[in-house]
Amino acid sequence: MSNGADDHKLRVSKIHNGTVIDHVHGGQALNVLAILGIDGSEGEEVSVGMNVPSDRLARKDIVKVEGRELSQDEVDVLSLIAPDATINIVREYEVVEKSRVDRPDVVEGVLSCPNPGCITTGDEPVDSRFEVLSDGVRCSYCGTIVREEIASLIET
Amino acid sequence: MRHDHLITSKQLSREDVELVLDRAAEIDADPERVADRHAGRLLGLLFFEPSTRTKMSFETAMKRLGGDVVDMGSIESSSVKKGETLADTVRVIEGYADALVLRHPQQGAAKMASEYVDVPLVNAGDGAGHHPSQTMLDLYTIRENAGLEDLTIGIMGDLKYGRTVHSLAYALSNFDARQHFISPESLQLPREVVYDLHQQQGGTQIREHDSIEEVLPSLDVLYVTRIQRERFPDENEYQQVAGEYQIDAKTLEDASDDLTVMHPLPRVDEIAPEIDDTDYAAYFEQAHNGVPVRMALLDMLLESGGENDE
Ligand SMILES: [Zn+2]
Repeated sequence: MSNGADDHKLRVSKIHNGTVIDHVHGGQALNVLAILGIDGSEGEEVSVGMNVPSDRLARKDIVKVEGRELSQDEVDVLSLIAPDATINIVREYEVVEKSRVDRPDVVEGVLSCPNPGCITTGDEPVDSRFEVLSDGVRCSYCGTIVREEIASLIET
Repeated sequence: MRHDHLITSKQLSREDVELVLDRAAEIDADPERVADRHAGRLLGLLFFEPSTRTKMSFETAMKRLGGDVVDMGSIESSSVKKGETLADTVRVIEGYADALVLRHPQQGAAKMASEYVDVPLVNAGDGAGHHPSQTMLDLYTIRENAGLEDLTIGIMGDLKYGRTVHSLAYALSNFDARQHFISPESLQLPREVVYDLHQQQGGTQIREHDSIEEVLPSLDVLYVTRIQRERFPDENEYQQVAGEYQIDAKTLEDASDDLTVMHPLPRVDEIAPEIDDTDYAAYFEQAHNGVPVRMALLDMLLESGGENDE
């Protein structure tokens, strides 16, 4: 490959093998990375475009992860904060699979309950579990409903 | 009942409720018939929060079925104090008992505990969550006094923190009931409960009010709960609202002669003692109904023997 500005542009827009998560709501890209547990410490090559103009959304974010294909579980959880996202699996620079996210019925062990009186927030050996509602998520144990700021509940 | 555990009244269908109430009525009519039904069987009482009444009511119910209870005792003297998890505690006690009753300060505790045990577990209160056996005895009392068909009920007091209120509202939503919720604005039903009630399939209609006057004449049942002083940041604020939600003979002047007044007890000053001897008062009867209703529940749960046919 040649050097220079063109190459730089190419490297941001194309990945070799991995996943492109497109049509993420503007400002949610870092939460997407948090959900996927990607913080760069493993040496992953990650490109993030934030607040890019979009036809479908006023402003969208794009996340490109080199060398990693998302599992169905990851895509499920992603749907909670990025319901309009499209997932593109890339192999050898080609998009081999393109799909929309689909909201799961339940997410387990991913979000922590915001209710301090909930049994899942203590020292019990229990994973959090949330039912996915049409407009939020609900703790299966204490019943608390969260509509806004689901991303802030992501367990780290 | 289709369920091995009784965790929330939300899990109960109209048929479930009617089965339990019918069974309770049979037991109430002829307690002798079930006196030996569960001889030799043990009920484990796990009360992580003090509750003399509920605990005694379960204990009496089990003994009247011929069984006995094992009690983990006070929290101070137990291994819980040493940091044992609830998940471990229930798995240990499960080894001694044929069924468990759990009262715990944290919401969702009963649900979680039920996932660790094979014996039936009854939620006897989990924080601000649920208290379904109380709901069953409330429903039993309503059915005896006013009937559950075409019911107009006023539920008044602290609707925000009152788990008995939430449980009752859910269970009533299986029936063709008009539910009026009467409270100061700061103690209204949690929005999540309102959301749920709107989601439920039954024919229930709910309305919220801040005073009782306009609805009182239409009520078949008035269910009063305590407004707790400690819920209010300052005493003045408490004094302002508390008086408006107290029931005495004068308050009831516009009530129907058939009105049934209920209260989960203990009461402080929500209902004046002058009501006690009137035909309105059903709260002591309500408390007594706890035993046959809990006998019915335990009988049915022990009968199912932990078999999962869900
Ligand atoms: Zn919770």
